[in-house]
Amino acid sequence: MTALTRSHAQPPASPPAAEPRPRPARGRLFTWPLLIGLVITAGLVVLSLFVGVYDVFGAEDGSEMFAITRVPRTIALVLSGAAMAMSGLVMQQLTQNRFVEPTTTGTTEWAGLGLLLTMVLVPEASLLVKMTVAVITAFIGTMVFFAFLRRVTLRSSVIVPIVGMMLGAVVGAFSTYIALSTNMLQSMGIWFAGSFTSVLRGQYEPLWVVVAVAVGVFIAADRFTIAGLGQEVATNVGLNYNRVVLLGTGLIAIATGVVTVVVGNLPFLGLVVPNLVSLFRGDDLRSNLPWVCLVGISVVTVCDIIGRVIIMPFEVPASTILAMIGAVVFLGLLLRKRNHG
Amino acid sequence: MITLSGVLKTYSSEVAIGPVDLSIPPGGITALVGPNGAGKSTLLVMIGRLLGMDAGTIEVAGYDIARTHSADLAKILSVLRQENHFVTRLTVRQLVGFGRFPHSKGRIKAEDEAIISRSIDFLDLADLEGRYLDELSGGQRQRAYVAMVLAQDTEYVLLDEPLNNLDMQHSVQMMQHLQRAATELGRTVVIVLHDINFASHYADYICAVKDGGVVSFGAPDELMRDEVLTAIFDTEVRVVEGPRGRIAVYY
Repeated sequence: MTALTRSHAQPPASPPAAEPRPRPARGRLFTWPLLIGLVITAGLVVLSLFVGVYDVFGAEDGSEMFAITRVPRTIALVLSGAAMAMSGLVMQQLTQNRFVEPTTTGTTEWAGLGLLLTMVLVPEASLLVKMTVAVITAFIGTMVFFAFLRRVTLRSSVIVPIVGMMLGAVVGAFSTYIALSTNMLQSMGIWFAGSFTSVLRGQYEPLWVVVAVAVGVFIAADRFTIAGLGQEVATNVGLNYNRVVLLGTGLIAIATGVVTVVVGNLPFLGLVVPNLVSLFRGDDLRSNLPWVCLVGISVVTVCDIIGRVIIMPFEVPASTILAMIGAVVFLGLLLRKRNHG
Repeated sequence: MITLSGVLKTYSSEVAIGPVDLSIPPGGITALVGPNGAGKSTLLVMIGRLLGMDAGTIEVAGYDIARTHSADLAKILSVLRQENHFVTRLTVRQLVGFGRFPHSKGRIKAEDEAIISRSIDFLDLADLEGRYLDELSGGQRQRAYVAMVLAQDTEYVLLDEPLNNLDMQHSVQMMQHLQRAATELGRTVVIVLHDINFASHYADYICAVKDGGVVSFGAPDELMRDEVLTAIFDTEVRVVEGPRGRIAVYY
């Protein structure tokens, strides 16, 4: 209000010839806070390399074990953490809803269904085939969810993730039924519990696809942010809204599908991380993307390290820790939302 | 010049817009007025290609909007709907920056920054440019949206009820901003207005819409007459000579 009355007293502002004060132009991507974040994340990643039961320094085959398990496990942490956080970010923009991410919209369950169907129908299928099918079903599932959202306009509401979780539960129940009747329940449970224990050299490599997804998201970042302002704003600036949604869904499906097949279900990561980052930095997707990736990596790495240490020499899946932390943050967000209208 | 010929939009057997033939001259402010549900906003968003039409053609600056690439249209025409409830947390400057998208495709250069700054200054938002949209009042937010549309730097600017939710002071300021955009920046502004007196004072042309068709078009003095307004609004209207032009009295 003060700004209004003050500016009102001024003569009509003519385009200023010289800028009287520095204007916050779109900042550079690499700032000091980001570098600090990078160092912290790198520290966690290095820590992850050296945490575990096996003595990689003392034992005779230590260096070999290091290369077979620790390095792949840590790379998997980095890639899947970034992938799920990014997926959540893009999804929240496209749906204009803060509570949406692959595990609250059924995307993960759809990917799981695809994986299960491949295991049942083509047991000898390679990892690549399983992954492709999971990506396709994840894409279909996400489109089903988006199509549903378009019919019922309740975008800004808490109902959206509830609908998504119900959808996911239905798909999950269907998967369980198939697993039960084909005697696959146990292997399904192992597949889906997001755990990095079984990540080994020779079977985590598909995760590198995530790097391509990250590049894609970065290139299309502004388009996603604009799509987040709604179809009409997007059309106004000449964007094909449906094409942006399709592109986003494709990228999300690839990231989620691959992570689900290689690692499993990583609940709430895509929810917690973008919301945390948004709290401090707003929603400009392009400048947030490095932060979302870093925080995603850090959260997953911390959860996995906790999981490895807490009942040593045994392990708790990272997803279990993640679910506990995520549920608390989710509730916090819900309450915050209610308090702040 | 905006030309509509035979524009038709059918919702059901009873409800239809058109067929409308209309020419909006370049320059100045053209106000679309009329009762609720007459089809003002529908016409506006059809011109802005946010809504498809069932028949007819619309040309803006000689471009057939149905055949011109949307990305090219975005450089000559900008349109803003009345309801904008973004959940996206952007600063004013970031939002206005997205108005540059048709030109910059996301790579904001120095000249884009200059235009962004100018649009922000034009709507007196310089002190607020670092604030998030959800920290602004309704009137400030509305100005931020208009600044975004102005940053798009299009010859034609279409606004759907930009005075909605604005109080008296902010409504007047908004109209002054738009008037300056028309005169100083040479834009053609087409707006949907609810208040006939705002149209009378600020618009260069008034287009009266009723029952899905254009019933009269002309300079304010031509439309600001008892019998014309009474027929448009189905309400007894008397036009009186006020201190700053004609005023419609309808209460």
